[in-house]
Amino acid sequence: MHDYGSDEMMTVSAARALRDGMTCFVGIGLPSAAANLARATHAPGLVLIYESGTIGAKPGLLPLSIGDGILAETADAVVSVPEIFNYWLQPGRIDVGFLSAAQIDKFGNINTTVIGGDYRDPKVRLPGAGGAPEIAASCREVIVVVRQSIRSFVERVDFVTSVGYGSGPGDRERLGLTGAGPRKIITDLGVLEPDSDTLEFTLTGIYEGASAEQVKSNTGWDLRAAPDLEMITPPTGDELAALRELRARSGAQTRSDS
Amino acid sequence: MAQIVSLAEAVRLAVHDGDMVAMEGFTHLIPFAAGHEVIRQGRRDLTLVRMTPDLIYDQLIGAGCVRKLVFSWGGNPGVGSLHRFRDAVEHGWPAPLELEEHSHAGMANRYVAGASGLPFAVLRGYNGTSLPSAGSIRPIACPFTGETLTAVSALRPDVAIIHAQRADLAGNVQLWGITGVQKEAILSAERAVVTVEEIVDALDPRPDAVVLPAWTVSYVSVVPDGAHPSYTLGYSVRDNDYYSQWDAISRDRGRFTEWLDSLHHE
Repeated sequence: MHDYGSDEMMTVSAARALRDGMTCFVGIGLPSAAANLARATHAPGLVLIYESGTIGAKPGLLPLSIGDGILAETADAVVSVPEIFNYWLQPGRIDVGFLSAAQIDKFGNINTTVIGGDYRDPKVRLPGAGGAPEIAASCREVIVVVRQSIRSFVERVDFVTSVGYGSGPGDRERLGLTGAGPRKIITDLGVLEPDSDTLEFTLTGIYEGASAEQVKSNTGWDLRAAPDLEMITPPTGDELAALRELRARSGAQTRSDS
Repeated sequence: MAQIVSLAEAVRLAVHDGDMVAMEGFTHLIPFAAGHEVIRQGRRDLTLVRMTPDLIYDQLIGAGCVRKLVFSWGGNPGVGSLHRFRDAVEHGWPAPLELEEHSHAGMANRYVAGASGLPFAVLRGYNGTSLPSAGSIRPIACPFTGETLTAVSALRPDVAIIHAQRADLAGNVQLWGITGVQKEAILSAERAVVTVEEIVDALDPRPDAVVLPAWTVSYVSVVPDGAHPSYTLGYSVRDNDYYSQWDAISRDRGRFTEWLDSLHHE
Protein backbone atom coordinates (compact mmCIF):
# COMPACT_ATOMS: atom_id res chain seq x y z
CA MET A 1 0.00 0.00 0.00
CA HIS A 2 1.26 3.48 -0.74
CA ASP A 3 -0.05 6.89 0.21
CA TYR A 4 -1.21 7.89 -3.27
CA GLY A 5 -3.69 6.57 -5.82
CA SER A 6 -2.97 5.10 -9.26
CA ASP A 7 -4.70 8.08 -10.90
CA GLU A 8 -2.39 10.42 -9.00
CA MET A 9 0.63 8.43 -10.20
CA MET A 10 -0.69 8.62 -13.79
CA THR A 11 -1.20 12.38 -13.61
CA VAL A 12 2.25 12.95 -12.11
CA SER A 13 3.83 10.69 -14.73
CA ALA A 14 2.06 12.60 -17.52
CA ALA A 15 3.08 15.96 -16.06
CA ARG A 16 6.73 14.84 -16.04
CA ALA A 17 6.57 14.22 -19.79
CA LEU A 18 6.14 17.97 -20.36
CA ARG A 19 9.21 20.20 -20.38
CA ASP A 20 9.38 23.83 -19.31
CA GLY A 21 8.88 26.28 -22.16
CA MET A 22 7.01 23.84 -24.40
CA THR A 23 3.80 24.81 -26.14
CA CYS A 24 1.08 22.31 -25.33
CA PHE A 25 -2.37 21.85 -26.94
CA VAL A 26 -4.44 20.47 -24.08
CA GLY A 27 -7.48 18.19 -24.14
CA ILE A 28 -9.89 18.29 -21.23
CA GLY A 29 -9.91 15.79 -18.33
CA LEU A 30 -6.78 13.79 -17.50
CA PRO A 31 -4.53 15.73 -19.94
CA SER A 32 -5.63 19.09 -18.53
CA ALA A 33 -4.96 17.98 -14.95
CA ALA A 34 -1.46 16.79 -15.89
CA ALA A 35 -0.61 19.91 -17.91
CA ASN A 36 -1.70 22.18 -15.07
CA LEU A 37 0.29 20.09 -12.58
CA ALA A 38 3.39 20.47 -14.76
CA ARG A 39 2.90 24.23 -14.82
CA ALA A 40 2.49 24.28 -11.03
CA THR A 41 5.70 22.26 -10.47
CA HIS A 42 8.70 21.85 -12.82
CA ALA A 43 7.41 23.71 -15.90
CA PRO A 44 6.17 27.18 -14.91
CA GLY A 45 6.86 28.40 -18.45
CA LEU A 46 4.70 25.72 -20.12
CA VAL A 47 2.36 27.41 -22.61
CA LEU A 48 -1.14 25.93 -22.37
CA ILE A 49 -3.34 26.23 -25.45
CA TYR A 50 -6.99 25.17 -25.39
CA GLU A 51 -9.19 24.68 -28.45
CA SER A 52 -11.56 27.38 -27.21
CA GLY A 53 -8.95 29.84 -28.52
CA THR A 54 -7.14 30.59 -25.25
CA ILE A 55 -3.37 30.81 -25.80
CA GLY A 56 -1.08 30.84 -22.76
CA ALA A 57 -3.85 30.20 -20.23
CA LYS A 58 -2.65 30.23 -16.60
CA PRO A 59 -5.53 28.85 -14.50
CA GLY A 60 -4.75 28.48 -10.81
CA LEU A 61 -7.12 25.50 -10.70
CA LEU A 62 -8.41 22.73 -12.95
CA PRO A 63 -11.07 23.95 -15.40
CA LEU A 64 -14.11 21.67 -15.87
CA SER A 65 -14.41 22.53 -19.56
CA ILE A 66 -12.02 23.77 -22.25
CA GLY A 67 -13.86 27.09 -22.22
CA ASP A 68 -14.11 28.03 -18.54
CA GLY A 69 -13.88 31.78 -17.88
CA ILE A 70 -10.62 31.42 -15.98
CA LEU A 71 -8.87 30.30 -19.18
CA ALA A 72 -9.89 33.46 -21.05
CA GLU A 73 -9.16 35.70 -18.07
CA THR A 74 -5.60 34.39 -17.63
CA ALA A 75 -4.62 33.88 -21.30
CA ASP A 76 -1.95 35.81 -23.21
CA ALA A 77 -4.42 35.99 -26.09
CA VAL A 78 -7.92 34.80 -26.86
CA VAL A 79 -8.51 34.08 -30.54
CA SER A 80 -11.47 32.70 -32.48
CA VAL A 81 -11.95 28.98 -33.00
CA PRO A 82 -11.17 29.11 -36.76
CA GLU A 83 -7.97 30.97 -35.89
CA ILE A 84 -6.81 28.54 -33.19
CA PHE A 85 -7.07 25.63 -35.64
CA ASN A 86 -5.94 27.35 -38.84
CA TYR A 87 -3.17 29.69 -37.71
CA TRP A 88 -1.89 28.00 -34.57
CA LEU A 89 -2.40 24.23 -34.80
CA GLN A 90 -2.37 23.47 -38.55
CA PRO A 91 1.10 24.91 -39.45
CA GLY A 92 2.86 22.74 -36.81
CA ARG A 93 3.67 25.51 -34.33
CA ILE A 94 2.65 23.47 -31.27
CA ASP A 95 5.22 21.19 -29.62
CA VAL A 96 2.96 18.65 -27.98
CA GLY A 97 -0.66 17.57 -28.20
CA PHE A 98 -2.01 16.07 -25.01
CA LEU A 99 -4.98 13.74 -25.61
CA SER A 100 -7.13 11.11 -23.97
CA ALA A 101 -8.93 8.16 -25.59
CA ALA A 102 -11.85 5.77 -25.15
CA GLN A 103 -10.07 3.12 -27.24
CA ILE A 104 -6.46 3.04 -28.39
CA ASP A 105 -4.71 0.37 -30.46
CA LYS A 106 -1.16 -0.93 -30.71
CA PHE A 107 -0.27 1.76 -33.29
CA GLY A 108 -1.64 4.55 -31.10
CA ASN A 109 -4.74 5.18 -33.23
CA ILE A 110 -7.51 6.68 -31.10
CA ASN A 111 -11.28 6.10 -31.12
CA THR A 112 -13.61 8.55 -29.39
CA THR A 113 -16.57 8.08 -31.78
CA VAL A 114 -18.44 4.76 -31.62
CA ILE A 115 -17.93 1.33 -30.02
CA GLY A 116 -19.49 -1.88 -31.29
CA GLY A 117 -22.14 -2.39 -33.95
CA ASP A 118 -21.60 -0.17 -36.96
CA TYR A 119 -21.41 3.59 -37.32
CA ARG A 120 -25.13 4.02 -38.07
CA ASP A 121 -26.22 1.67 -35.30
CA PRO A 122 -23.49 1.66 -32.64
CA LYS A 123 -23.56 -0.15 -29.33
CA VAL A 124 -22.11 2.91 -27.60
CA ARG A 125 -22.15 6.41 -29.04
CA LEU A 126 -19.17 8.43 -27.73
CA PRO A 127 -18.79 12.24 -28.00
CA GLY A 128 -16.79 12.18 -31.25
CA ALA A 129 -13.74 13.95 -32.60
CA GLY A 130 -13.58 17.49 -31.23
CA GLY A 131 -10.16 18.93 -31.94
CA ALA A 132 -8.33 15.61 -31.62
CA PRO A 133 -7.87 14.53 -35.28
CA GLU A 134 -5.95 17.68 -36.18
CA ILE A 135 -4.12 17.79 -32.83
CA ALA A 136 -2.95 14.21 -33.50
CA ALA A 137 -2.00 15.13 -37.08
CA SER A 138 -0.25 18.48 -36.64
CA CYS A 139 1.38 18.80 -33.21
CA ARG A 140 5.11 18.03 -33.35
CA GLU A 141 4.42 15.10 -31.05
CA VAL A 142 1.51 13.62 -29.11
CA ILE A 143 1.15 12.19 -25.62
CA VAL A 144 -1.93 10.15 -24.72
CA VAL A 145 -3.17 9.75 -21.14
CA VAL A 146 -5.61 6.89 -20.63
CA ARG A 147 -6.41 4.33 -17.91
CA GLN A 148 -5.22 0.85 -18.83
CA SER A 149 -7.92 -1.78 -19.40
CA ILE A 150 -8.69 -4.61 -21.79
CA ARG A 151 -11.68 -2.58 -23.00
CA SER A 152 -9.60 0.50 -23.89
CA PHE A 153 -6.39 -1.12 -25.18
CA VAL A 154 -7.54 -3.00 -28.27
CA GLU A 155 -5.83 -4.77 -31.18
CA ARG A 156 -7.67 -2.52 -33.63
CA VAL A 157 -9.92 0.47 -32.86
CA ASP A 158 -13.57 0.21 -33.99
CA PHE A 159 -13.34 3.68 -35.59
CA VAL A 160 -10.25 5.79 -36.31
CA THR A 161 -11.09 9.22 -34.90
CA SER A 162 -7.45 10.36 -34.64
CA VAL A 163 -4.50 8.75 -36.37
CA GLY A 164 -1.45 7.48 -34.48
CA TYR A 165 0.82 5.42 -36.74
CA GLY A 166 -2.03 4.07 -38.91
CA SER A 167 -1.16 0.48 -39.74
CA GLY A 168 2.57 0.90 -39.19
CA PRO A 169 5.78 2.51 -40.49
CA GLY A 170 5.38 4.91 -43.43
CA ASP A 171 1.66 5.54 -42.93
CA ARG A 172 1.95 9.02 -41.42
CA GLU A 173 4.20 10.17 -44.25
CA ARG A 174 1.89 8.59 -46.86
CA LEU A 175 -1.13 10.36 -45.29
CA GLY A 176 0.69 13.71 -45.23
CA LEU A 177 0.48 14.07 -41.44
CA THR A 178 3.10 16.64 -40.51
CA GLY A 179 3.67 15.82 -36.81
CA ALA A 180 5.75 12.88 -35.58
CA GLY A 181 2.82 11.10 -33.92
CA PRO A 182 2.28 9.63 -30.44
CA ARG A 183 5.47 9.47 -28.39
CA LYS A 184 4.04 8.03 -25.18
CA ILE A 185 0.88 6.44 -23.82
CA ILE A 186 0.76 7.13 -20.09
CA THR A 187 -1.60 4.92 -18.08
CA ASP A 188 -2.43 4.19 -14.45
CA LEU A 189 -0.04 1.19 -14.53
CA GLY A 190 2.94 2.45 -16.53
CA VAL A 191 4.24 4.00 -19.73
CA LEU A 192 4.16 2.63 -23.29
CA GLU A 193 6.37 3.90 -26.13
CA PRO A 194 6.52 2.96 -29.81
CA ASP A 195 9.12 0.40 -30.86
CA SER A 196 11.67 2.21 -33.05
CA ASP A 197 11.34 -0.35 -35.90
CA THR A 198 7.71 -1.51 -35.87
CA LEU A 199 6.11 1.56 -34.18
CA GLU A 200 4.06 -0.91 -32.14
CA PHE A 201 3.52 0.36 -28.59
CA THR A 202 5.70 -1.45 -26.07
CA LEU A 203 5.76 -1.31 -22.29
CA THR A 204 8.85 0.68 -21.27
CA GLY A 205 8.10 1.70 -17.69
CA ILE A 206 5.98 0.59 -14.75
CA TYR A 207 4.96 2.13 -11.48
CA GLU A 208 5.73 0.96 -7.98
CA GLY A 209 3.51 -2.02 -7.17
CA ALA A 210 2.61 -2.82 -10.81
CA SER A 211 4.03 -5.73 -12.80
CA ALA A 212 4.57 -6.28 -16.52
CA GLU A 213 2.19 -9.26 -16.27
CA GLN A 214 -0.52 -7.03 -14.83
CA VAL A 215 -0.12 -4.53 -17.67
CA LYS A 216 -0.19 -7.33 -20.26
CA SER A 217 -3.37 -8.79 -18.81
CA ASN A 218 -4.99 -5.34 -19.11
CA THR A 219 -4.02 -4.96 -22.78
CA GLY A 220 -6.01 -6.36 -25.70
CA TRP A 221 -3.02 -7.04 -27.92
CA ASP A 222 0.06 -9.19 -27.32
CA LEU A 223 1.97 -6.44 -25.53
CA ARG A 224 5.74 -6.70 -25.53
CA ALA A 225 7.76 -5.37 -22.60
CA ALA A 226 11.15 -3.72 -23.08
CA PRO A 227 14.00 -5.82 -21.63
CA ASP A 228 15.26 -2.79 -19.67
CA LEU A 229 11.89 -1.96 -18.10
CA GLU A 230 12.12 1.31 -16.14
CA MET A 231 10.81 1.43 -12.57
CA ILE A 232 9.18 4.85 -12.55
CA THR A 233 9.89 7.02 -9.53
CA PRO A 234 6.81 7.36 -7.27
CA PRO A 235 5.31 10.83 -6.88
CA THR A 236 7.44 13.10 -4.71
CA GLY A 237 5.93 14.87 -1.74
CA ASP A 238 6.03 18.14 -3.68
CA GLU A 239 4.27 16.66 -6.72
CA LEU A 240 1.51 15.12 -4.60
CA ALA A 241 1.02 18.28 -2.57
CA ALA A 242 0.77 20.41 -5.73
CA LEU A 243 -1.73 18.02 -7.38
CA ARG A 244 -3.91 17.80 -4.27
CA GLU A 245 -3.86 21.56 -3.82
CA LEU A 246 -4.96 22.03 -7.45
CA ARG A 247 -7.80 19.55 -6.96
CA ALA A 248 -8.88 21.09 -3.67
CA ARG A 249 -8.96 24.58 -5.16
CA SER A 250 -10.91 23.30 -8.17
CA GLY A 251 -13.55 21.66 -5.97
CA ALA A 252 -13.98 24.88 -3.99
CA GLN A 253 -14.26 26.89 -7.21
CA THR A 254 -17.01 24.64 -8.60
CA ARG A 255 -19.07 25.07 -5.45
CA SER A 256 -18.65 28.84 -5.17
CA ASP A 257 -19.51 29.26 -8.88
CA SER A 258 -22.99 27.85 -8.55
CA MET B 1 -31.38 46.33 -39.83
CA ALA B 2 -31.83 44.73 -36.44
CA GLN B 3 -35.23 44.88 -34.80
CA ILE B 4 -35.34 44.80 -31.01
CA VAL B 5 -38.14 42.38 -30.06
CA SER B 6 -39.03 39.90 -27.31
CA LEU B 7 -37.36 36.48 -27.41
CA ALA B 8 -40.69 34.78 -28.15
CA GLU B 9 -41.21 37.13 -31.08
CA ALA B 10 -37.65 36.65 -32.40
CA VAL B 11 -37.98 32.85 -32.36
CA ARG B 12 -41.48 33.01 -33.91
CA LEU B 13 -40.21 35.22 -36.76
CA ALA B 14 -36.82 33.61 -37.38
CA VAL B 15 -37.10 29.88 -36.69
CA HIS B 16 -39.45 27.70 -38.77
CA ASP B 17 -40.15 23.98 -38.88
CA GLY B 18 -37.59 22.23 -41.09
CA ASP B 19 -34.99 25.01 -40.81
CA MET B 20 -31.26 24.52 -40.51
CA VAL B 21 -30.44 26.30 -37.24
CA ALA B 22 -26.99 27.04 -35.78
CA MET B 23 -26.95 28.02 -32.09
CA GLU B 24 -23.30 28.78 -31.42
CA GLY B 25 -21.17 29.67 -28.40
CA PHE B 26 -18.08 27.64 -27.54
CA THR B 27 -18.70 26.69 -23.86
CA HIS B 28 -19.06 30.45 -23.23
CA LEU B 29 -22.16 32.44 -24.36
CA ILE B 30 -24.31 29.43 -25.29
CA PRO B 31 -27.82 30.76 -26.12
CA PHE B 32 -29.75 28.46 -23.75
CA ALA B 33 -32.76 30.76 -23.26
CA ALA B 34 -33.30 30.88 -27.02
CA GLY B 35 -32.99 27.09 -27.26
CA HIS B 36 -35.61 26.70 -24.55
CA GLU B 37 -37.92 29.07 -26.42
CA VAL B 38 -37.55 26.93 -29.56
CA ILE B 39 -38.65 23.93 -27.46
CA ARG B 40 -41.61 25.85 -26.01
CA GLN B 41 -42.77 26.90 -29.45
CA GLY B 42 -42.66 23.25 -30.52
CA ARG B 43 -40.48 23.54 -33.64
CA ARG B 44 -40.04 20.26 -35.51
CA ASP B 45 -37.77 18.62 -38.13
CA LEU B 46 -34.89 20.98 -37.44
CA THR B 47 -31.38 20.37 -38.71
CA LEU B 48 -29.27 21.60 -35.82
CA VAL B 49 -25.70 22.70 -36.44
CA ARG B 50 -23.24 23.24 -33.61
CA MET B 51 -19.60 22.32 -32.95
CA THR B 52 -20.34 21.14 -29.41
CA PRO B 53 -24.03 20.14 -29.06
CA ASP B 54 -23.67 20.53 -25.27
CA LEU B 55 -26.71 20.42 -22.98
CA ILE B 56 -28.64 22.85 -25.19
CA TYR B 57 -28.93 20.35 -28.07
CA ASP B 58 -29.30 17.39 -25.69
CA GLN B 59 -32.46 19.18 -24.50
CA LEU B 60 -33.71 19.99 -28.03
CA ILE B 61 -33.04 16.41 -29.19
CA GLY B 62 -34.87 14.94 -26.18
CA ALA B 63 -37.77 17.33 -26.79
CA GLY B 64 -38.22 15.89 -30.29
CA CYS B 65 -37.39 19.08 -32.22
CA VAL B 66 -34.53 17.62 -34.24
CA ARG B 67 -34.27 15.50 -37.40
CA LYS B 68 -30.55 15.87 -38.10
CA LEU B 69 -27.47 16.95 -36.15
CA VAL B 70 -24.33 18.47 -37.73
CA PHE B 71 -21.57 18.55 -35.10
CA SER B 72 -18.02 17.78 -34.02
CA TRP B 73 -18.07 16.92 -30.28
CA GLY B 74 -21.18 15.71 -28.48
CA GLY B 75 -20.31 15.34 -24.81
CA ASN B 76 -21.05 17.00 -21.47
CA PRO B 77 -17.73 18.84 -20.95
CA GLY B 78 -15.80 17.46 -17.99
CA VAL B 79 -18.79 15.31 -16.96
CA GLY B 80 -19.43 12.62 -19.59
CA SER B 81 -22.14 11.72 -22.09
CA LEU B 82 -25.08 13.62 -23.50
CA HIS B 83 -27.63 10.92 -22.71
CA ARG B 84 -30.52 12.32 -24.79
CA PHE B 85 -28.18 12.47 -27.81
CA ARG B 86 -27.02 8.91 -27.10
CA ASP B 87 -30.56 7.62 -26.60
CA ALA B 88 -31.58 9.11 -29.96
CA VAL B 89 -28.58 7.57 -31.77
CA GLU B 90 -28.54 4.23 -29.96
CA HIS B 91 -32.31 3.63 -29.57
CA GLY B 92 -34.09 6.16 -31.80
CA TRP B 93 -35.82 7.85 -28.81
CA PRO B 94 -37.84 10.04 -29.10
CA ALA B 95 -37.03 9.86 -32.83
CA PRO B 96 -34.12 8.64 -34.97
CA LEU B 97 -31.37 11.21 -35.39
CA GLU B 98 -29.42 11.61 -38.62
CA LEU B 99 -25.78 12.60 -38.06
CA GLU B 100 -23.30 14.62 -40.10
CA GLU B 101 -20.10 14.41 -38.16
CA HIS B 102 -16.89 16.43 -38.39
CA SER B 103 -13.82 17.48 -36.45
CA HIS B 104 -13.71 20.93 -34.82
CA ALA B 105 -11.25 22.19 -37.45
CA GLY B 106 -13.58 21.00 -40.20
CA MET B 107 -16.67 22.60 -38.66
CA ALA B 108 -14.87 25.89 -38.00
CA ASN B 109 -13.72 26.00 -41.62
CA ARG B 110 -17.21 25.18 -42.91
CA TYR B 111 -18.49 28.28 -41.10
CA VAL B 112 -15.60 30.35 -42.50
CA ALA B 113 -16.55 29.23 -46.02
CA GLY B 114 -20.19 30.11 -45.37
CA ALA B 115 -19.28 33.53 -44.00
CA SER B 116 -16.92 34.11 -46.96
CA GLY B 117 -19.52 33.25 -49.58
CA LEU B 118 -17.40 30.34 -50.84
CA PRO B 119 -18.71 26.84 -51.61
CA PHE B 120 -16.01 25.10 -49.56
CA ALA B 121 -12.95 25.58 -47.37
CA VAL B 122 -9.59 23.80 -47.52
CA LEU B 123 -7.62 22.40 -44.61
CA ARG B 124 -5.09 19.76 -43.65
CA GLY B 125 -7.37 17.36 -41.87
CA TYR B 126 -9.22 14.05 -41.70
CA ASN B 127 -6.49 12.11 -43.56
CA GLY B 128 -6.42 8.53 -42.33
CA THR B 129 -9.47 8.89 -40.10
CA SER B 130 -12.79 7.06 -40.51
CA LEU B 131 -14.67 10.38 -40.68
CA PRO B 132 -14.60 11.12 -44.45
CA SER B 133 -17.56 8.80 -45.01
CA ALA B 134 -19.64 11.98 -44.51
CA GLY B 135 -20.55 13.57 -47.86
CA SER B 136 -19.36 17.00 -46.83
CA ILE B 137 -15.66 15.98 -46.71
CA ARG B 138 -13.70 15.40 -49.97
CA PRO B 139 -10.03 15.25 -50.96
CA ILE B 140 -8.82 18.09 -53.18
CA ALA B 141 -5.53 18.58 -55.07
CA CYS B 142 -3.66 21.83 -54.49
CA PRO B 143 -3.64 23.54 -57.94
CA PHE B 144 -0.11 24.84 -57.29
CA THR B 145 1.74 21.87 -55.80
CA GLY B 146 -0.53 18.89 -56.39
CA GLU B 147 -0.55 18.08 -52.69
CA THR B 148 -3.72 16.35 -51.53
CA LEU B 149 -5.65 18.43 -49.01
CA THR B 150 -9.20 18.19 -47.67
CA ALA B 151 -12.19 20.24 -48.79
CA VAL B 152 -15.22 20.69 -46.54
CA SER B 153 -18.49 22.12 -47.87
CA ALA B 154 -19.72 25.51 -46.62
CA LEU B 155 -22.36 25.78 -43.90
CA ARG B 156 -25.24 28.09 -44.78
CA PRO B 157 -27.80 27.87 -41.98
CA ASP B 158 -31.27 29.37 -42.40
CA VAL B 159 -30.81 31.00 -39.03
CA ALA B 160 -27.97 31.50 -36.54
CA ILE B 161 -28.64 32.25 -32.87
CA ILE B 162 -26.04 33.53 -30.39
CA HIS B 163 -25.90 35.19 -26.96
CA ALA B 164 -23.75 38.30 -26.40
CA GLN B 165 -22.89 40.70 -23.60
CA ARG B 166 -24.71 43.73 -24.99
CA ALA B 167 -26.19 45.71 -27.83
CA ASP B 168 -26.92 49.39 -28.36
CA LEU B 169 -30.28 50.94 -29.18
CA ALA B 170 -29.61 50.59 -32.91
CA GLY B 171 -28.98 46.83 -32.53
CA ASN B 172 -25.19 46.81 -32.90
CA VAL B 173 -23.90 43.83 -30.91
CA GLN B 174 -20.70 43.49 -28.85
CA LEU B 175 -19.27 40.27 -27.40
CA TRP B 176 -15.93 39.37 -25.82
CA GLY B 177 -14.04 36.64 -24.02
CA ILE B 178 -14.12 33.29 -25.80
CA THR B 179 -15.96 34.18 -29.02
CA GLY B 180 -15.68 30.80 -30.76
CA VAL B 181 -17.29 30.74 -34.19
CA GLN B 182 -20.15 33.13 -33.46
CA LYS B 183 -19.13 35.81 -35.95
CA GLU B 184 -18.77 33.20 -38.70
CA ALA B 185 -22.10 31.57 -37.77
CA ILE B 186 -23.95 34.90 -37.94
CA LEU B 187 -22.33 35.90 -41.25
CA SER B 188 -22.98 32.48 -42.85
CA ALA B 189 -26.70 32.46 -41.99
CA GLU B 190 -29.72 33.86 -43.81
CA ARG B 191 -31.23 35.24 -40.57
CA ALA B 192 -29.55 36.06 -37.27
CA VAL B 193 -30.95 36.26 -33.74
CA VAL B 194 -28.89 37.64 -30.85
CA THR B 195 -29.92 37.56 -27.20
CA VAL B 196 -28.04 40.04 -24.99
CA GLU B 197 -27.58 40.68 -21.28
CA GLU B 198 -28.47 44.35 -21.69
CA ILE B 199 -29.08 47.15 -24.14
CA VAL B 200 -27.00 50.27 -23.59
CA ASP B 201 -27.25 53.75 -25.11
CA ALA B 202 -23.86 53.44 -26.79
CA LEU B 203 -21.23 50.68 -26.94
CA ASP B 204 -17.90 51.73 -25.38
CA PRO B 205 -15.18 50.49 -27.69
CA ARG B 206 -13.38 47.42 -26.32
CA PRO B 207 -10.17 46.38 -28.09
CA ASP B 208 -10.81 42.67 -27.50
CA ALA B 209 -14.46 42.65 -28.60
CA VAL B 210 -16.18 41.24 -31.65
CA VAL B 211 -18.69 43.74 -33.02
CA LEU B 212 -21.57 42.66 -35.22
CA PRO B 213 -23.00 45.75 -36.93
CA ALA B 214 -26.79 46.09 -36.69
CA TRP B 215 -27.16 45.44 -40.41
CA THR B 216 -25.80 41.87 -39.98
CA VAL B 217 -28.40 40.98 -37.34
CA SER B 218 -32.15 40.35 -37.84
CA TYR B 219 -33.45 40.38 -34.25
CA VAL B 220 -32.01 41.40 -30.88
CA SER B 221 -33.72 40.35 -27.62
CA VAL B 222 -32.80 41.29 -24.08
CA VAL B 223 -32.50 38.13 -21.98
CA PRO B 224 -30.49 38.61 -18.78
CA ASP B 225 -28.60 35.40 -17.89
CA GLY B 226 -29.74 34.02 -21.26
CA ALA B 227 -26.68 31.77 -21.43
CA HIS B 228 -27.30 29.93 -18.13
CA PRO B 229 -25.96 27.29 -17.30
CA SER B 230 -23.25 28.46 -19.71
CA TYR B 231 -21.92 31.90 -18.81
CA THR B 232 -21.42 35.46 -19.97
CA LEU B 233 -17.97 36.82 -19.15
CA GLY B 234 -18.33 39.96 -17.05
CA TYR B 235 -21.95 39.09 -16.11
CA SER B 236 -22.08 35.50 -14.83
CA VAL B 237 -19.96 32.40 -14.17
CA ARG B 238 -20.44 28.92 -15.61
CA ASP B 239 -22.83 26.86 -13.47
CA ASN B 240 -20.65 23.76 -13.30
CA ASP B 241 -23.01 22.11 -10.79
CA TYR B 242 -25.88 22.33 -13.30
CA TYR B 243 -23.69 20.53 -15.87
CA SER B 244 -22.88 17.82 -13.30
CA GLN B 245 -26.51 17.45 -12.21
CA TRP B 246 -27.77 17.28 -15.82
CA ASP B 247 -26.10 13.87 -16.10
CA ALA B 248 -28.69 12.19 -13.85
CA ILE B 249 -31.66 14.04 -15.39
CA SER B 250 -30.56 13.31 -18.95
CA ARG B 251 -29.77 9.65 -18.19
CA ASP B 252 -33.41 8.82 -17.42
CA ARG B 253 -36.31 9.34 -19.87
CA GLY B 254 -38.76 9.90 -17.01
CA ARG B 255 -36.67 12.49 -15.25
CA PHE B 256 -35.99 14.22 -18.55
CA THR B 257 -39.71 14.31 -19.34
CA GLU B 258 -40.37 15.93 -15.94
CA TRP B 259 -37.70 18.53 -16.74
CA LEU B 260 -39.37 19.16 -20.11
CA ASP B 261 -42.79 19.60 -18.45
CA SER B 262 -41.35 22.12 -16.01
CA LEU B 263 -39.80 24.07 -18.91
CA HIS B 264 -43.22 24.35 -20.56
CA HIS B 265 -44.65 25.74 -17.33
CA GLU B 266 -41.91 28.32 -16.71
